[in-house]
Amino acid sequence: MWTFFHKLGSPKWFYEISGKWLPWLAVLSAILLVAGSVWALAFAPADYQQGNSFRIIYIHVPAAFLAQSCFIMMAISGAIGLIWKMKIADVFVKAAAPIGASFTFLALLTGAIWGKPTWGTWWIWDARLTSMLILLFLYFGVMALQSAIEDATTAAKASAILALVGMVNIPIIKYSVEWWNTLHQPATFTLTEKPAMPAEMWVPLLVMVIGYYCFFTTVLFLRARNEILERERRTNWVKKLVSKEAA
Amino acid sequence: MNPKRKQRLILVLFLVIGFSSVVALVLSALNENINLFYNPTQIANGEAPEGARIRAGGMVLEGSIKRDESSLLVIFEVTDYNASIPVAFTGILPDLFREGQGIVAMGRMDGDGIFQADEVLAKHDENYMPPEVTDALEKAGKLPDGQDAIKTDAVK
Repeated sequence: MWTFFHKLGSPKWFYEISGKWLPWLAVLSAILLVAGSVWALAFAPADYQQGNSFRIIYIHVPAAFLAQSCFIMMAISGAIGLIWKMKIADVFVKAAAPIGASFTFLALLTGAIWGKPTWGTWWIWDARLTSMLILLFLYFGVMALQSAIEDATTAAKASAILALVGMVNIPIIKYSVEWWNTLHQPATFTLTEKPAMPAEMWVPLLVMVIGYYCFFTTVLFLRARNEILERERRTNWVKKLVSKEAA
Repeated sequence: MNPKRKQRLILVLFLVIGFSSVVALVLSALNENINLFYNPTQIANGEAPEGARIRAGGMVLEGSIKRDESSLLVIFEVTDYNASIPVAFTGILPDLFREGQGIVAMGRMDGDGIFQADEVLAKHDENYMPPEVTDALEKAGKLPDGQDAIKTDAVK
């Protein structure tokens, strides 16, 4: 198990293995996202109260899941980078931040679009919406640190600390709807109870969620590979790789 | 694990736990202010600041909606099935507003104990259902747990 862990720390090894996985991941996410969207938009039944406007859930919920999962991943990578000084962990933190920010923005945007007809307002400063906005700013913070600090090791250290400190926001987002009175409704899906939604509605949602995770992994790998090539450009294996591509 | 890594691990744990407890303390101190709205019981018990602009949230009491014939004035009662307060609102209500629906109203209590609202938002719950299912359930006289009070008027 530990050899696997240490192998994972090698940028070269990751570059090779991710290259093999990428096409599969890309195809899988394309299939899932297309199938999920068609199913969700054309075949899933409308909601009894909201009608068709509820369908935005198929974008909103997976985006919100991803926004939080991505931050957790970033914080764990940050901790690994701080403790074990693994180069690849730093690469992941840097590669993940803009993707996470995009998903957070997507969740906020779709929430606002849905909120206007359903609640009667685009935005309200309730605990869920505000903590989600803070998450977006945390992502921006990591991105700003990465571009403001020239030295990669220092930048990685600073953003890892921000990611770890920002982790405290994740349970706040999750439980905000239970701890406080909010306008945002509590979770429809929990691990312990059956969903407050019939199967013909949540199965396409599940497809979309898995599709989003595959898409996230694909984009993360692409960005991480790019970053690795840039950081390792002086090593032999990258030089060899580049000359082979050029030839 | 070598001592150097162990030391860094402890440092990281210390950072995360320390910061989390700071945030937890701040949040519990601010608990009241983070709540978006007061429920009718809290208002009835005088927990809400008097005369200040506050939000009140709860269910629209069944059979309590009265519309003014000549204006957009609507008077209804907001309840948590424990206490209820009358709310007056002039304006256009959100689509989801109906009896048994959760709402959040912004405004202040006037001298007569009526909540003068200048904004009413509908609060959607976490339950989703296709319309055929609710029709069928209604015909059978059975709705999922905790919804029977709400949906009978809402479905039509």
